[in-house]
Amino acid sequence: MSRFALAASGRRGLHPGAWWLWAACLAGAASRTTNPILLLLIAGVVVYVVAARRSTAPWSRSIVVFIRLGLIVIVLRVLLVIVFGIRLPGHVLFTLPHVPLPSWAAGVSIGGPVTAEAIIGAALQGLRLAVVLVCFGAANSLASPYRLLRCLPAVLYEAGVAITVSLSFAPELVMAIGDVRAARRLRGRPTRGLSGLRGTAIPVLERALDRSLQLASSMDARGYGRRVPVTRGARRWASLGTASGLLLIVAGLYGVLVAGSLPGGGIPFVAVGAVLLGAGLAASGRRTNRTRYRPDPWRVPEWLVSASGVAVVGTMVAAGMLGAPGIEFVVYPLGPPTLPTLAAVGILIGLLPAWAAPVEQVGPWAPEVDGTIVGDPSPRAEVVG
Amino acid sequence: MIRFVDVSFTYDGAPSSTLDRVDLAVGEGELCVVIGPTGSGKTTLLRAVNGLVPHFTGGRLSGEVLVDGRSTREFPPRELADVVGMVGQNPTASFVTDVVEDELAYTMENLGLAPEVMRRRVEDTLDLLGLHELRYRPLATLSGGQQQRVAIGSVLTASPRILVLDEPTSALDPAAAEEVLNSLTRLVHDLGLTVLLAEHRLERVLPFADSVVLVPGRGASLRVGPAAQIMEDSPVAPPLVDLGRMAGWTPLPLSVRDARRQAGPLRQRLAEATPPSAPTPSPDSAPVVARLAKVAVRYDQVLALNAVDLTVRQGEVIAVMGRNGSGKSTLLSQLAGVQPPTAGQVDVGGSAPSGLTPAALVALVGLVPQDASLLLYGDSVAAECASADRDTHLAPGTTAAVLERVLPGLDGDRHPRDLSEGQRLALALAVVLAPAPPLLLLDEPTRGLDYPGKARLVRLLAELASGGHAVVLATHDVELVAQVATRAVVLAEGEVVADGPARDVVCQSPVFAPQVAKVLAPDPWLTVNEVRAALEAETVDD
Repeated sequence: MSRFALAASGRRGLHPGAWWLWAACLAGAASRTTNPILLLLIAGVVVYVVAARRSTAPWSRSIVVFIRLGLIVIVLRVLLVIVFGIRLPGHVLFTLPHVPLPSWAAGVSIGGPVTAEAIIGAALQGLRLAVVLVCFGAANSLASPYRLLRCLPAVLYEAGVAITVSLSFAPELVMAIGDVRAARRLRGRPTRGLSGLRGTAIPVLERALDRSLQLASSMDARGYGRRVPVTRGARRWASLGTASGLLLIVAGLYGVLVAGSLPGGGIPFVAVGAVLLGAGLAASGRRTNRTRYRPDPWRVPEWLVSASGVAVVGTMVAAGMLGAPGIEFVVYPLGPPTLPTLAAVGILIGLLPAWAAPVEQVGPWAPEVDGTIVGDPSPRAEVVG
Repeated sequence: MIRFVDVSFTYDGAPSSTLDRVDLAVGEGELCVVIGPTGSGKTTLLRAVNGLVPHFTGGRLSGEVLVDGRSTREFPPRELADVVGMVGQNPTASFVTDVVEDELAYTMENLGLAPEVMRRRVEDTLDLLGLHELRYRPLATLSGGQQQRVAIGSVLTASPRILVLDEPTSALDPAAAEEVLNSLTRLVHDLGLTVLLAEHRLERVLPFADSVVLVPGRGASLRVGPAAQIMEDSPVAPPLVDLGRMAGWTPLPLSVRDARRQAGPLRQRLAEATPPSAPTPSPDSAPVVARLAKVAVRYDQVLALNAVDLTVRQGEVIAVMGRNGSGKSTLLSQLAGVQPPTAGQVDVGGSAPSGLTPAALVALVGLVPQDASLLLYGDSVAAECASADRDTHLAPGTTAAVLERVLPGLDGDRHPRDLSEGQRLALALAVVLAPAPPLLLLDEPTRGLDYPGKARLVRLLAELASGGHAVVLATHDVELVAQVATRAVVLAEGEVVADGPARDVVCQSPVFAPQVAKVLAPDPWLTVNEVRAALEAETVDD
């Protein structure tokens, strides 16, 4: 299927928007449950699809970083509950020495009895966040954020660049840390411990900042941010529309959240604000005349991948609204989790991309894991287009 | 095409101007090479062409820079992107996207070209620079030479009239450098492109130059003219020109081919001279400083080193050569214990370096990485020296004394980031040499060094070797190898393909032979100094 899809379209890989939508849907599904079986099932689906469909590009390994980050999140969450958490009643596992706090700090406690219920509850909340992170990592592995950026409409492009630069900041940082640690070792300085950390942090940040500045100057030298000449009046109207639209939306959201504070529950404010914002953005979009080189097509595989994501989150929401037992894991009474069948089947639909999506082509620079696209320089790309 | 009219430029807070009353005109279709000592303002001059100086750097520019009739005063760099293509010193720093094809299209997207035009130009550029097999490759997986070609291609697609390149070959091995320069000449000849490029390795670029701009630095005025004329008394000159000056050849040869045609008489005279003797490898009896035994290193799917055996003895200067990505840096990092080998044994001074504590490591081996600034954290030269003394428990002032020997007269108050490339290298060398490690490793030490700086480095390394240190350097600079190495090791695909006396190894290879050897082949002369000494000895005999 994947080879066929690839050959038929002459494309480089799946539309990055489809991958990010699919991953966002799975993350959304994860955020609606604390059932450990469902969460682990989502993580399993995501990891399987990444393993099956990732390319050999360097960024395809970013999911590993996110899995590690997720594990750290779980551990931190549990540790925080053990030390500071609200003391839930239940099965006491052990008791930490209690530190009395002044009365204004009511609700927070240091030490005291730690119950199995509290630890399990915290671990599951941590797990939920970890699975969301893994979904984000999967999107990063399957389609680099740069490729997603290319698909943004011209209006959002400039905001997107800020995001991309910050996204690329993280890998730069990781590389800089490696360099600086190796260099500290060559200077005979400690690389571990507190003094090692302090000595590493400043040069690492310096290097990463340097790199961002270089990126900015390079983008400028290559014509980023060129403007089509427009009259000053038109520019002012565009800015005014954007700014007032944003203000109205903020005010309207306040009305939505705080009942009775604004007429109509704030909804008219949001609506008018959205129209103004849209007009403002469209007007400023006309000032840039960026074009796109070989835009990624949106065809059957893209529809399948994004539909599978929507199906996952859809069944999860439906199961929650139908009141299916076990979506929310309850610690009272403590017992093994149940398996909500509908939600579980829904999650399995998320596996579809493992067959429906093509693997991104990056050329034969290193052997492919399953050997399907090794040494296939793809002459198709020259024929189509 | 490019005109500087009475341009002066001063960086913010700098005591004196970097460019002083520069007048310069470069015509259409000219390949113009900018030369000069380090820190003389070559990069500033180049970056002023598309307005990055002063729009991005700050500082004060007076006078006027005109490119294709547009003044950088009115047009910021982005508005000049369709006229000037700028390729910086470090191609990876200029990449904006992450795949070759996207990178090539980026400038055109910003210019708002029609998709069909973009498609055609990308295909043309892929062919022109021989990149078509790499079109979907992530930029991070390319070798140095490929990255440099992509960086050039990414500005070419916008079909600029002017191409500005800052040290385009400094990071490349000799073959890749040749490849890049050949593509450039082709562009100049076929498309009438104007090229302005700065380079320290004159031996590489001079044969291609139409004109030369000499930036002498220190407030002296610019000199512009045909290459042969400027070279007659330029303070920076490649070995070929030195040889030509010594032998009194006119016109001064700029390519090996020109020189060989004039070199007949010199070859005859040298045939009777005593062939050069020094430097030779240390005898097998010299004490062993470090040893690699069947060392292999694997990064994911790539085998960086494969069954490498190497013995380093006291008093040796070993040059490790090979194309980009052949495992030179990995070899050095093994000797410095940066990571344990995947297989085999590394032994430095009786222990495996990767298992040592940082403090124990620096007493045995010192490594100066390619980017010397990585080693420097202090906020002044003096602070850097003082902290190096503390780190390695030396008497205060030791590092400063070593620095004074390496590069006398460096101002202790200056920030390491404000130093020139050569000064930074000297400081890093001093920091590494202070604990007197028996093994010194240098990764590409001549990147960004001018000829006087290189000569100082050669003298220092020779001194260290005769003082009982062992030196291993990874380098693409064949002229450096010719001047200082006693032994040469050539790596390919992570394996040792040649290992022997430097003279034999470099003379046998057309890629690694220095200019003098090429001119005087088949006799094994390597440097101008050898020839000069031999000729002087001959005159004394007469």
